[in-house]
Amino acid sequence: MTADNEKKGASRRAFLKGAVAAGGAVAGAGMARAAEPDPLITEIQEWASGLGEGVDATPYGMPIRFEDDVIRRNVEWLTADTISSINFTPIHALDGTITPQGCAFERHHSGAIELKKEDYRLMINGLVDKPMIFTYADLERFPRENHVYFCECAANTGMEWAGAQLNGAQFTHGMIHNMEYSGVSLRTLLTEAGMETTGDLSDKWVYVEGADASSNGRSIPMDKALDDVLVAFKANGEALRKEHGYPVRLVVPGWEGNMWVKWLRRIEVMDGPVESREETSKYTDTLEDGTSRKWTWVMDAKSVVTSPSPQSPIGHGPGPLVITGLAWSGQGKITRVDVSTDGGMNWQQARLAMEGQSKALTRFYLEIDWDGSEMLLQSRAHDETGYVQPTKDALREIRGENSIYHNNCIQTWWVKENGEAENVEVS
Amino acid sequence: MSKSLKLYGVLGVASAALMVGAHNFADRFVAPMPDNARVLSPESASPDMMFIAAARAEAAADAKRLGVGREALPEEIAAWDVDVSPDGTGLPEGSGSVMDGEELFVDYCAVCHGDFAEGVGNWPSLAGGDGTLANEDPVKTVGSYWPYLSTAWDYVHRSMPFGAAQTLSADETYAIVAYILYSNYLVEDDFVLSKDNFLEVEMPNADGFIVDDRPETEYGRFSEDACMENCKDSVEITMHASVLDVTPDEEGAEEAAEAMEEANADTAADEKIEEMAEAAEPAAESEAAAEPEAGEPAETAALNMALVEEGESVFRKCKACHQVGEGASNRVGPQLNGIVGHPMGAVDGFRYSKTLESMGEEGMVWSEENLAAFLEDPRGYVKGTKMSFNGLRKDEDIDAVIEYLKSFSQ
Repeated sequence: MTADNEKKGASRRAFLKGAVAAGGAVAGAGMARAAEPDPLITEIQEWASGLGEGVDATPYGMPIRFEDDVIRRNVEWLTADTISSINFTPIHALDGTITPQGCAFERHHSGAIELKKEDYRLMINGLVDKPMIFTYADLERFPRENHVYFCECAANTGMEWAGAQLNGAQFTHGMIHNMEYSGVSLRTLLTEAGMETTGDLSDKWVYVEGADASSNGRSIPMDKALDDVLVAFKANGEALRKEHGYPVRLVVPGWEGNMWVKWLRRIEVMDGPVESREETSKYTDTLEDGTSRKWTWVMDAKSVVTSPSPQSPIGHGPGPLVITGLAWSGQGKITRVDVSTDGGMNWQQARLAMEGQSKALTRFYLEIDWDGSEMLLQSRAHDETGYVQPTKDALREIRGENSIYHNNCIQTWWVKENGEAENVEVS
Repeated sequence: MSKSLKLYGVLGVASAALMVGAHNFADRFVAPMPDNARVLSPESASPDMMFIAAARAEAAADAKRLGVGREALPEEIAAWDVDVSPDGTGLPEGSGSVMDGEELFVDYCAVCHGDFAEGVGNWPSLAGGDGTLANEDPVKTVGSYWPYLSTAWDYVHRSMPFGAAQTLSADETYAIVAYILYSNYLVEDDFVLSKDNFLEVEMPNADGFIVDDRPETEYGRFSEDACMENCKDSVEITMHASVLDVTPDEEGAEEAAEAMEEANADTAADEKIEEMAEAAEPAAESEAAAEPEAGEPAETAALNMALVEEGESVFRKCKACHQVGEGASNRVGPQLNGIVGHPMGAVDGFRYSKTLESMGEEGMVWSEENLAAFLEDPRGYVKGTKMSFNGLRKDEDIDAVIEYLKSFSQ
């Protein structure tokens, strides 16, 4: 065990700085060659001799303590109170695509409530043949589906409209998570209530509402409701976490996170949208001339390099370097990601770890031989509709700087010669 | 058959055919493959597995209702279906004046939104901002931004006050909304808002919204071939995040890490309870120890730890507004460390109602008795209190929460 790891509360940043310095010392020596034998190898270590913890030491495990900096973080000045607030997924420290529930960002309007399965009721009412009540046990009796989807808050990257603000992918792009959901399609439940008497479905809406004190409610057009919306009760194989809407939340693939109503309690089939607070005063995008777009539900294609990035500097000197990041699109599959190391002058195609899945995160890698000079790192996502992630300037030209929501611009990290990185804007 | 067929062309037709050909399969829970060549072709079998699974579930669901669940009763629908639409659908009978609204607003809303709806700290301002939407810093309020009055009524009625949602009557809601309109200079001070004149109120920004036009204004432009080489002549850094320096620092991160360590072991509150239990053990043997006198500092009394624990869970109802324990600070309500035995209306830095302030000035303290009376009927005990909580119904809950509060002496 190294002293750095053992020292409780050692600053991650200081640790990384140390690593950078150590890497720098080796730089230029070509293939590293050890001057002396490594005691971690030549000496018998405590863990190789004594015993570890038995089973059941932790009936439900948490990450090992050395990873205790990989946590959700909050930006205090953003909101008045943590009860109505948001925090950020540590995407800079994760790999693959599935977000563990325990570090997936939270967004509450009246706090995360505790609602038992036994106390859970789901009402379907309005323009249906028969208004219905389902218990949690009822929901488990309908045919189930499994899908992986990303959930992105419409305000992700929203602090960056006017300029580079927050130093870290967690803060600029961490209002996102990606989980495998198990649940029942909303279509199935609407069919159970019956829509033979509903009339022409093409102009109908469903209003979905949560059981918490904010009773967050959103209107969803019927064609989306019948397409891929899911009433989910499991995520990544286990029950939803309290902070993500236990026991039941709505999953609205590809659309802004605010519509993914947590603690879902009611679904009403209606003639028109309710125009609730969350779809008028919030989650509307003000343009330069003062008019505002409403019903901007789809999250357009977007990507970000998660490492290297300000919270994840390069910890070694020149030589082989793995550049990695995430890409996603609310319109479907990611088909390609380009990476630039010179601020967008030249681009090369990155490698997708797996073929893009519709409305889910895609992991990309670009392995380079870093020469140790500074870089302006960018990534650019392409989706199956042919859409290419735009620059911030291109977005600002159309929308101005006051849209708050739906900022899917290309992000730039300035990686310095010492391996540290900073959030910047470039010409 | 549902109209969803219209929207689900091929799949819908396939499931309709199945319904005729394979009756009752949903009951047996074995859905045959939809009669669809694309799905059945062997070369596409693998990548389409998820599609097949979805199609199966869909076919099973569309074919027949399962008969699971029960019909909702009218009383249940009435209790939950309270949303209000822009055309006034859903509005209950009732009315409220600007004058009444002002009083209610000061009691229930001003602690966050300010006496004049101008907003306190980071909490939203509800008034002002007229004509600022095209400015560099638009001020979005009910008056300057919200397109429909129904939204304000609906939100106040269902989601406010913060920490005591769904407690306002229809008349109270009409009055508060009338006051918000008045704060925005949209009505006169003698205005009375009711179901009947609701739609006559004109919202200044009603025409300020357009439906998402990204497909027309952006998607074409952002779907051109991407440049790969020599895309620009030069690149300059035009802005650094470090200049603003608003990123949460390492200290904050370490606090969070410590919080996580605590969560790993147990909750902080549980630890506190265990700590107190150990300290209280010797005293617990003489259970008949005299009740502390009103106003006597809490720490001299032996705590009933089981009751403290119950009180912790009752306190969840209070947590939205009150903090207690290490580092507790005033939020919507005052922090409550050492509140038992403390003079009324006297927690540092909290703006109390006039009533509570003067009760404190008269020398009244939060004895257990007084606290119990307050918690049973807050507005009855302290007329004009800012606390919008309706009170605890059960005596056991009141006793428990007081015991819990006693465990946090100063």
